[in-house]
Amino acid sequence: MGWSVKHKLGLVAVAVALIALPFVLAMAGTAWVRITNFAVLFILLSLGLNIVVGFAGLLDLGYVAFFAVGAYVYALLASPHFGLHLPFWVILPIGALVAGLAGAVLGAPTLRLRGDYLAIVTLGFGEIVRIFMNNLSAPLNITNGPKGINLIDPFRIGDFSFATTAGALSGPIKYYYFLLIVLLAVIVINRRLQDSRIGRAWVAIREDEVAAKAAGIDTRNIKLLAFAMGASFGGIAGGMFAAIQGFVSPESFILNESIMILAMVVLGGMGNIWGVIAGALLLSFMPELLRYTVEPAQKALFGRMLVDPEVLRMLIFGFALVLTMRFRPAGLWPETRHRRELDADRK
Amino acid sequence: MTNVLLEARGIGKRFGGVLALKDVSLTIRCGEIYGLIGPNGAGKTTLFNVFTGLYPRDGGEVEFAGKPLQLDSPHRVAAAGIARTFQNIRLFGNMTARENVMVGRHVRTRAGVFGAILRSRAEREEEAAIRRRADELLHYVGIADRADDLARNLAYGDQRRLEIARALATEPQLLALDEPAAGMNATETAALRELIEGLRRDGVTVLLIEHDVKLVMGLCNRVAVLDHGEKIAEDVPEVVRANPKVIEAYLGTSAH
Ligand SMILES: Nc1ncnc2c1ncn2[C@@H]1O[C@H](COP(=O)(O)OP(=O)(O)O)[C@@H](O)[C@H]1O
Ligand SMILES: [Mg+2]
Repeated sequence: MGWSVKHKLGLVAVAVALIALPFVLAMAGTAWVRITNFAVLFILLSLGLNIVVGFAGLLDLGYVAFFAVGAYVYALLASPHFGLHLPFWVILPIGALVAGLAGAVLGAPTLRLRGDYLAIVTLGFGEIVRIFMNNLSAPLNITNGPKGINLIDPFRIGDFSFATTAGALSGPIKYYYFLLIVLLAVIVINRRLQDSRIGRAWVAIREDEVAAKAAGIDTRNIKLLAFAMGASFGGIAGGMFAAIQGFVSPESFILNESIMILAMVVLGGMGNIWGVIAGALLLSFMPELLRYTVEPAQKALFGRMLVDPEVLRMLIFGFALVLTMRFRPAGLWPETRHRRELDADRK
Repeated sequence: MTNVLLEARGIGKRFGGVLALKDVSLTIRCGEIYGLIGPNGAGKTTLFNVFTGLYPRDGGEVEFAGKPLQLDSPHRVAAAGIARTFQNIRLFGNMTARENVMVGRHVRTRAGVFGAILRSRAEREEEAAIRRRADELLHYVGIADRADDLARNLAYGDQRRLEIARALATEPQLLALDEPAAGMNATETAALRELIEGLRRDGVTVLLIEHDVKLVMGLCNRVAVLDHGEKIAEDVPEVVRANPKVIEAYLGTSAH
């Protein structure tokens, strides 16, 4: 596999841009670095969900549950709530594991379901998890109910804390770099999975489950694997979310979030990693951009506010989604083209 | 007397009120091409689906290669050494021809999630071997030049071949073909016939459902006839052809 000079230069340029990005954003305000961090979290979630929906073709409307599991695992093991303060590099793998188990638990009873039925069951699962978080405060106070868990530890390596500012390195910028590294790892993992024996089995099941069975694939195990893998990514993202926010409550894990993540996957192009990333970026940034432009634009045009910015923002957002799905039903950047590229790469 | 590869005893299957298979017993010997014929709705495909674990059966046992065959899950049947094609071609349409065959190697390979993520040496070697084998099989069935095409873009005859290649990738001892010549023109059928004869030469036992009587009679070592879910004859082609019951049930009712 030879990398051309052009390829290498492009790679270096992207790397430099990604490293410089937070400082450029910080000039516009630290809020933009935070927004970017959340966008990266959503990319991670979308890539996780993409394994289930995009690769294996299993519709999951309760994906945010795994994000919640990861977040609460982190919150419980690194906050004054139980007085536990484990380091993040211990908790994140635990969160991935617990979320992965939760994925298998959701997967097991739903193996025979497909399409709409599967969507309904997973939707219910997502709600159940949220309701548990809301109510597991008595008789034994595990989750602290709707009030959520406060004062969650930030990431720390020795004396180096991710929450404090050191010179030009603000807290959000530190997290940005950490998230970037995790994102790179997740992209590599996803590409390798997609291009492996397991990845082929996922696609085969998506394409024709009966033929996949007859061709010798243990569809039960392979589907469970998809649920568990996808969920574990959600768990990792959840842990980072808890640390960055310093606070978790059941409110963050509502059905809307599941739908938003699914929209990112579908909009970008199910099954294609780069498409999914594009979808997640677009849907994360567009509302924010609109938030910052809708109000000034109206003032400039009409001299006063005609429509509440929040309403208009959601309207434009929804309209853009409908248009995309109308004119690019397979997503902005669908999968097949990518497949071809991959094949060419390998030769 | 040649070795017995598959022995089915008393297979029954009903769909609600329809008795699709009635106490069907048959014996397939190693290395032969065993034909299964009968009018439409006789139960041929149903018997395939029972043999390959896709439909639960209502009675009967199957012994394969001297061992009882677990019929409860298709992937176990594939692992035991039975592979099949479908009457209405079932390929993975959005995967390339090569990838379709690579999927067939799944049951004979072992790389898991961690191997894939770490790209361990064992995983890379296995992946390369899977790919090599897939290319060999595409060549074997005569569609090597189509390797990078999406399966759904292949010509009809090539799709049939691809399905056979995918089945062969599982290293079957018994290859079950469900009407492979259906919808083929004369040239394609002749090429298919050569392919199936080649399989026999290479030691693969073939169970062949076919509507084209000429093809079956010319190709098969032995033929069984199903009618209304019952086996009414089983013998060498010449004898079956002369059997009055067969003439009445099958040849009499069809245009052939
Ligand atoms: N999945 C099914 N559900 C209900 N009836 C079926 C099913 N599959 C086959 N049958 C019935 O079983 C009988 C045998 O069908 P089949 O095995 O497809 O015949 P053949 O392949 O010999 O043409 C037919 O009466 C058919 O209608
Ligand atoms: Mg049939």
